[in-house]
Amino acid sequence: MSSVSESSKPVPAKRKLAAKPHLVQDKVFFGVARAAAVGAVGIVGLILAYLLFMSWETLAKQGFNFIFGSQWTAADPENMIFQIGPMLWGSLLIAFNGVILAVPMAIAAAYFIEFLATSRIAKIATTVVDLLAAIPSIVIGLWGVGVFTPVAAHWAELLNQNLGFLPLFKNEAGSFVGSPFIAGWIVAVMIVPIITSVTREIFSQLDRDVINAATALGASRSSTFMKVILPTSSGGIVGGVLLGLGRALGETVAIFFVLNLSFEINWVDVIEGRGGSIASMIVAFFGAATPEEVKALIAAGLVLFVITLLINWLAAVIVAKAQPWRK
Amino acid sequence: MSDLSNAANLSTIEAHLRSEDVNVWFGERHVLRDVSLTFPVNQVTALIGPSGCGKSTFLRTLNRMHELIPSAGFAGRILLDGEDIYEPGVDPTNVRLKIGMVFQKPNPFPTMSIKENVLSGLKLSGRRGYDATEIVETSLRRASIWNEVKDRLGDPATSLSGGQQQRLCIARSLAMNPEVILMDEPCSALDPGSTRRIEETIEELSETMTIVIVTHNMQQAQRVSHQTAFFLAEDGNPGGVVEFGKTEDVFNNPIDLRTNDYVNGHFG
Repeated sequence: MSSVSESSKPVPAKRKLAAKPHLVQDKVFFGVARAAAVGAVGIVGLILAYLLFMSWETLAKQGFNFIFGSQWTAADPENMIFQIGPMLWGSLLIAFNGVILAVPMAIAAAYFIEFLATSRIAKIATTVVDLLAAIPSIVIGLWGVGVFTPVAAHWAELLNQNLGFLPLFKNEAGSFVGSPFIAGWIVAVMIVPIITSVTREIFSQLDRDVINAATALGASRSSTFMKVILPTSSGGIVGGVLLGLGRALGETVAIFFVLNLSFEINWVDVIEGRGGSIASMIVAFFGAATPEEVKALIAAGLVLFVITLLINWLAAVIVAKAQPWRK
Repeated sequence: MSDLSNAANLSTIEAHLRSEDVNVWFGERHVLRDVSLTFPVNQVTALIGPSGCGKSTFLRTLNRMHELIPSAGFAGRILLDGEDIYEPGVDPTNVRLKIGMVFQKPNPFPTMSIKENVLSGLKLSGRRGYDATEIVETSLRRASIWNEVKDRLGDPATSLSGGQQQRLCIARSLAMNPEVILMDEPCSALDPGSTRRIEETIEELSETMTIVIVTHNMQQAQRVSHQTAFFLAEDGNPGGVVEFGKTEDVFNNPIDLRTNDYVNGHFG
């Protein structure tokens, strides 16, 4: 009887396999695909390089105060101070505000479309939600300032009257217009479609048998939703939410219309009529900026870019951790 | 159709679950016609028949899972301990607490551990004040999987093999202490070894509960069941029961020629 380990026969030489493309058309196809992939990475790299190149001077001059300070003075050429603390915090505050408002709406809409609606209604609802994503942000901004602001300011006033004892809803400034709360709503309207569409996709991929199992165990629809559907889809939903967060952070024109930009940092007073947003600040200042100031604005763009990258990275980590059963 | 059956032999046994003239539609399509079967206490009933004959559909009418399909229609009665489970005042979730179900493909909750899966029904239906440790052990023992998982109750349910997952799903159902368990081809996705273990479990369970099992496997029907119903849908007509009686009679002395052809593998 021959034993595998004791075999004296030499191991045969490795043979050529068709793992790599050998047909001409395959080579061309691979080449094009690879070029596109490398190109995409290359473009991101070039943008980053340009941002770094243009920002370098500002960052070196202003140091860490660029991120944490609250002053912006371009008037005195001898002593220009560029600090974006309130804008940076404002961008985050508005984005989180938008996400908190958008997520329940988006999940509810996705649940309705996927589990409650008849197929005809589901089609209509999907189209309407997708249409919402197609509205240009300038139009949303105009609607926001002309139609929505008075309404939302009234909601903010009600919150202040009834829940004003909470730090979140106090308003010492008195004005309810131009607040992060209103900007948050505007952002929410803009990110509901993306979160809904990702969540709907996740829901549609759920194993119907797992949901049926819950039903067969005597679960009501709501407890099936809370204890089976949501936990099973959480990773994917977080992914969708972070996609929305990325869009919320970068949103420019619509926020520019509804937000009252202020270099006095507004930590949590979301219904007070002042706030910050890096993107809106860039739009607001760019037209009349001195060359020095333009560099500072580009540096602000770099900071926003880095934060968005960090959030995407965080998204990947959370999605991976939220689904330990997926190998 | 059912007058051809051997059901008379069974009439002496106490009926636990009974269907009376059950008819089912999906939209306009009439898929089941006048199914009247009796499922006595502590007996295993096998539902056999070729694909598309409506046996799984019928099984799902027994715990009102059928009505989750939006276009579904239903006529007739399902009586559990003499009470019609389709009465307007009856809450379907309560029906499903009494009549558990095991599906074709093992479907443990992927986000939950083994232990959480066993307790999932209790949590999902909002029950309180139970002894979790005791229920977990009893249910897993009854599903004959306790010894394999007792040291790893906190592991994800998906870490188990397919056969173990299916027995976990049986345990999950048993934790609710149902009177009846419905099984929809519970072994069709499993290897022969796992199939044998599930069949042993079914045999043990039948001492204390009523079991209805849909199976494509004729040997399995003969091994595990006390009585057998043969379903058939011919030439676009709705499916129905061709023959119903003691398993040994249906397989060895079928009255209807079509039953004879089917159990001897002439079609299907």
